[in-house]
Amino acid sequence: MIRRKIEENFFRILMVLATIVVAGSFFLIVGTIVYKGVPFMNWDMITKTPGGGFYIGKEGGVVNAIIGSLYVAGGATILGLLISIPVAIYINMYLAGRNIIANGLRIAFDVLFGIPSIVYGAFGFLIMVYFGIRASLLGGILAVTLLVIPILVRTLDEVIRTVPKELGDASLSLGATRWEMSKVIIRQIRPGVFTAILLSFGRAMGDVASVLFTAGFSDNIPTSLHQPAATLPVAIFFQLGSPVAEVQGRAYASALLLTIIVLIITVLSSVLAKRFSKNNIR
Amino acid sequence: MTNNPHISIQHLGVQIGNHEILKDITINIPNKKVISIIGPSGCGKTTLLKSLNRLLDDTPDIKVTGKVLVDGEDIYDPKAEVTHIRQKMGLLSQRPYPLPMSIYDNVAYGPRIHGTRKKVDLDEIVETQLKATGLWNEVKDRLHAPATRLSIGQQQRLCLARGLAVEPEIILGDESTSALDPVSTSIIEDLFIRLKEKYTIVLVTHILRQARRVSDYIIFVYMGKIIEFGPTEEVLLSPKQELTKDYVKGFIS
Repeated sequence: MIRRKIEENFFRILMVLATIVVAGSFFLIVGTIVYKGVPFMNWDMITKTPGGGFYIGKEGGVVNAIIGSLYVAGGATILGLLISIPVAIYINMYLAGRNIIANGLRIAFDVLFGIPSIVYGAFGFLIMVYFGIRASLLGGILAVTLLVIPILVRTLDEVIRTVPKELGDASLSLGATRWEMSKVIIRQIRPGVFTAILLSFGRAMGDVASVLFTAGFSDNIPTSLHQPAATLPVAIFFQLGSPVAEVQGRAYASALLLTIIVLIITVLSSVLAKRFSKNNIR
Repeated sequence: MTNNPHISIQHLGVQIGNHEILKDITINIPNKKVISIIGPSGCGKTTLLKSLNRLLDDTPDIKVTGKVLVDGEDIYDPKAEVTHIRQKMGLLSQRPYPLPMSIYDNVAYGPRIHGTRKKVDLDEIVETQLKATGLWNEVKDRLHAPATRLSIGQQQRLCLARGLAVEPEIILGDESTSALDPVSTSIIEDLFIRLKEKYTIVLVTHILRQARRVSDYIIFVYMGKIIEFGPTEEVLLSPKQELTKDYVKGFIS
């Protein structure tokens, strides 16, 4: 009896400790960027591009990187969705009877999922060199699209797999074609699509390695796809490397901005997911 | 028996992997009657039902031999149009699966995909079919509410209305009342009895009392073979085969 009690308590304490470590690091991270970033947060940060001497601590802001990041993450997520939704539907609805191919594709996407983002950056860079594209917004969007496609496909795949098979059968037995059935499935998975968007956007917003070579960096807000674009993670990376305290502080303020943007996207997508689930079968 | 049965099954065999699910099934399904397929679990009764509208197509490693003639057309002919075959049959599954849309759109879904676009026509179809399934008075004020707000019994009737809206000739029921309470069950059973005036109804059921209440004919399937087929009273009360006798008495289940 005693042994069982000790065992029970031991594992309970272990679980509580692990939870504390996770929750603790979350608050520590958020706390640190708030504590270090807030003093440098001002209106200029989110309304101005870097002025002359910004990188030695003079006036200016990071609006170029904010806009650049939104462009890159937004563009890559939209482009990624346009490619991933058909792939996920094809794997589940059309390859349904041929599991070898479907599972092969799933493994392929799992492998792609695990590839470090610098590889996507390098690959994107190689393609850009081949086509003679300079580091630009377009290059950044393409590289990040490659990065988010596996995330989107696997998330959508999991969501589609939770849809009861009978729902598809119901539509098929009314004489629907596979595509018409897929449209019913898409309605059912709409809330899941928002989860996928959220994951993809978060990853795209925060990734440095894939945009470092492909999007380049610029102090101006890009006005065309062919201009280089700054992104928040790259801006943080540069500013943190500066010996000037003022610039380092701004790196934390930028990190705070990045976190806030991702938070807004999170809240927005869960609100939208809820709205679109009203007709859903459970 | 009728001269021109809607469904005529000839030497149908279904194999999944190395497992033979149905063996040499040959039967003519009488028109405008309720036919129950009974048999112990795993005997192949659901497979038999699903082979009638080719819902088995997506099962991995499946092999179908023989013919299923629906109105004289072999549905397993590679040239057969599968959407057209399925349109002839309404399916009512074990649990109701309304489409993720409103009550109205659920019924209008089938007609819409088959080309009915005018609102007047759709309105009429929706009203007719909801009346045919006795739902109209319960839902006429909330046609645009999500179908999932309905009770499970109402959902099953909605699914039936949805199936009727594509003007099928045949209704297939796969243990359609197994998830329902007794009241909803008896509503659905009454509907089946009423609908056989216009439709041929094939049901899979494991409830012998239900088979007795609603069906005109019974097919007893055991280990992938049809053991006995005949009028309900005959099969249930004076079965010719020993196996049927054992099943009806409850020795095999």
